[in-house]
Amino acid sequence: MSDTATHIVEHHLDEQASKFGMWLFLFTELLLFGGLFLVYSIYRYLNQDDFARGGSELDMYIGAINTVILLTSSLSVAMSITAIQKNNKRMAVILLWITIVLALVFLVNKYFEWSHKYHVGLYPGTETFRTLPAGEGLFFLLYYFMTGLHGVHVIIGAILLGFVIERVLDGKITSENYVFQENGALYWHLVDLIWIYLFPLFYLIH
Amino acid sequence: MSEVTHHKSFLENSEGKNVVLSWLFSTDHKRIGLIYLYLIGIFFIVAVFFGFLMRLELIAPGKDIMDPQLYNGLFTVHGVIMIFLFIIPGIPAVFGNLMLPIMIGAKDVAFPRLNLLSLWIYIIGAMLALTTLMGADKLPDTGWTFYAPYSIKSNTYVMQAVLAAFILGFSSILTGLNFITTIHWLRAPGMSWFKMPLFSWALYATAWIQLLATPVVGITLLMIAAERYLGIGLFDPSLGGDPILYQHLFWIYSHPAVYIMVLPAMGIVSEILPVFARRRIFGYNAMAVTSLAIAFIGYLVWGHHMFTSGMSGPARIIFSFLTFLVAVPSAIKVFNWVTTLYKGSIDLKPPMLYVLAFIFNFMIGGLTGLVNGALATDVHVHDTYFIVGHFHYVMFGGTGFSFFAAMYYWFPKIYGRMYDIKWANIGFWIIFVGFNILYFPMFIVGMMGMPRRYYDYLPEFHWPNIVSTVGSWILIVGIVIMLVNIIRGSMKGPKVGQNPWRGLTLEWQTQTPPITENFEQIPSVTERPYEYKD
Repeated sequence: MSDTATHIVEHHLDEQASKFGMWLFLFTELLLFGGLFLVYSIYRYLNQDDFARGGSELDMYIGAINTVILLTSSLSVAMSITAIQKNNKRMAVILLWITIVLALVFLVNKYFEWSHKYHVGLYPGTETFRTLPAGEGLFFLLYYFMTGLHGVHVIIGAILLGFVIERVLDGKITSENYVFQENGALYWHLVDLIWIYLFPLFYLIH
Repeated sequence: MSEVTHHKSFLENSEGKNVVLSWLFSTDHKRIGLIYLYLIGIFFIVAVFFGFLMRLELIAPGKDIMDPQLYNGLFTVHGVIMIFLFIIPGIPAVFGNLMLPIMIGAKDVAFPRLNLLSLWIYIIGAMLALTTLMGADKLPDTGWTFYAPYSIKSNTYVMQAVLAAFILGFSSILTGLNFITTIHWLRAPGMSWFKMPLFSWALYATAWIQLLATPVVGITLLMIAAERYLGIGLFDPSLGGDPILYQHLFWIYSHPAVYIMVLPAMGIVSEILPVFARRRIFGYNAMAVTSLAIAFIGYLVWGHHMFTSGMSGPARIIFSFLTFLVAVPSAIKVFNWVTTLYKGSIDLKPPMLYVLAFIFNFMIGGLTGLVNGALATDVHVHDTYFIVGHFHYVMFGGTGFSFFAAMYYWFPKIYGRMYDIKWANIGFWIIFVGFNILYFPMFIVGMMGMPRRYYDYLPEFHWPNIVSTVGSWILIVGIVIMLVNIIRGSMKGPKVGQNPWRGLTLEWQTQTPPITENFEQIPSVTERPYEYKD
């Protein structure tokens, strides 16, 4: 085999291997949240009324808006891959920026939501919180813990997409070699996927 | 034909950089493996020393050399260091890194930089774990299991230990991810799945457990941390939480984790046994498949740690049944090892001695495990020294011995030198005898009813404890002999050639010590790895 041929084969292998590795990593992320979903379901089962009351205190509209925002951002990141496949660097970068902006809007909404709860004293340690029924307290604990951890993932995902943009601009990501961008997008879809479950569990079930 | 070029070995090839930095930031899997070996070796010695102190306290009833608080601290840090810093990363991080890519004919792991990141995450986690040692009265005192609600209330350095375990978990996940990808994509031409060395099969099964079980304990430990920082009540019953739920979540990881500890050890046994018996391994396919079976069934048995914690009858019966089920693939392995020896020409070199001792110890550890797995007997021996004996027979007598076997086996490959075989054998016998004197009395005293985790005991438990403590001294003498021999051998031992054990796997078919890229030319494989014909 000539040298260039070996290189092409190895390069192809590298690409497949890194995508494979990304999928494995996503498994671990799912299991990380899986532990929390398990805790949620057990406590929900044990405290059904309290959880229903807790759920009715969350603002369904902000939750729904955030769901739409994240779904749209998944669309834009998927489109950015099509753009790079068609060698349209400019469009790819624009779409990636749209994704990041949507992520920021999501976080701003989250900020308003949390700061409202902060004002009414609905967080661990306050007098209001201590007087809640035990189950409702658990509901809000899980709410903060799970949406908080999800929020951290949104931030990480947005930073990752920032690196993708840098690499597209540097010409390291091209229509021939866009596995890094694909991995970034996969991660972003995971962030989206987890929210799809968080939204009904906390906001919709009353 | 291109002429044969002689590249420098990985020990010498610093690629023109500063020697220290070229080691610390090397992405070469062999250098990373060696750094792991040195760090893990140091942590092992530290934790052995804690164990020695505990045994010394137990030499007689009443207070001998320490107060109860210090004793609680010592058994916790002994457990935390041994489990999270030595035995979980142990064989995969050291020998997996050193040998896996060479054994499957690859130049490196699939993600060399990620591998370096795993090492650094390990170092950070280890440093955090070591901060718990500052101040004898502040040692974490919950046991390595961090059971809630005490782990939330104890005002010792539990937090650092919990976060260290969390961080070390990431190192383990990334190593597992790397190995799975490496085995899937980087096998040499001709090496089909069922032509892989059995050590790679074992690492493959282990890596899946690392990947799929570790995140669960990660999130659980994070919940403990949140509970301590924020005073939220996920597991504390006084705040509405459920401590039994913590135990479930903890063991959902930590039972599979014992297979993270023991599966690679079994892989090493399957690797060494054919070489020193000059025989093809008996039942290669069964060996490969049982590794996966153990990994799979191992997921479903965590409840047997909690038979006395409060679980429904049917749940206990199912968990007990599954526990017996996992003994089947383990037993298949033992039968196959013994059958491999049949009519072999057995050469009792140090690696072989340790492997044979593994089989002996593992049988005692495995069979006593069934006593714990049966519901009625478990109620009697639960939380007694019987469990301590069982656990150490499997973990130290099994995985620990196999770690030593691997060290003696691959030592000449890594350093290009040989240790003193006579002293290695003497060290082995002292370790083997000391080990059994140390841990066997624990079965007896456990059956008599002595509970674990106390610094004091009733006078009728006195004699087995004296025997046990004397055993710990013998064991330590053996370990010192082994260490001196290994360190001397790595610096002054006589040089050896490419294949001192006449092994057939790929790591013996390349230069000693291997070059940075492992092979001058990527080999191609045509037959299974253990076709000994002499």
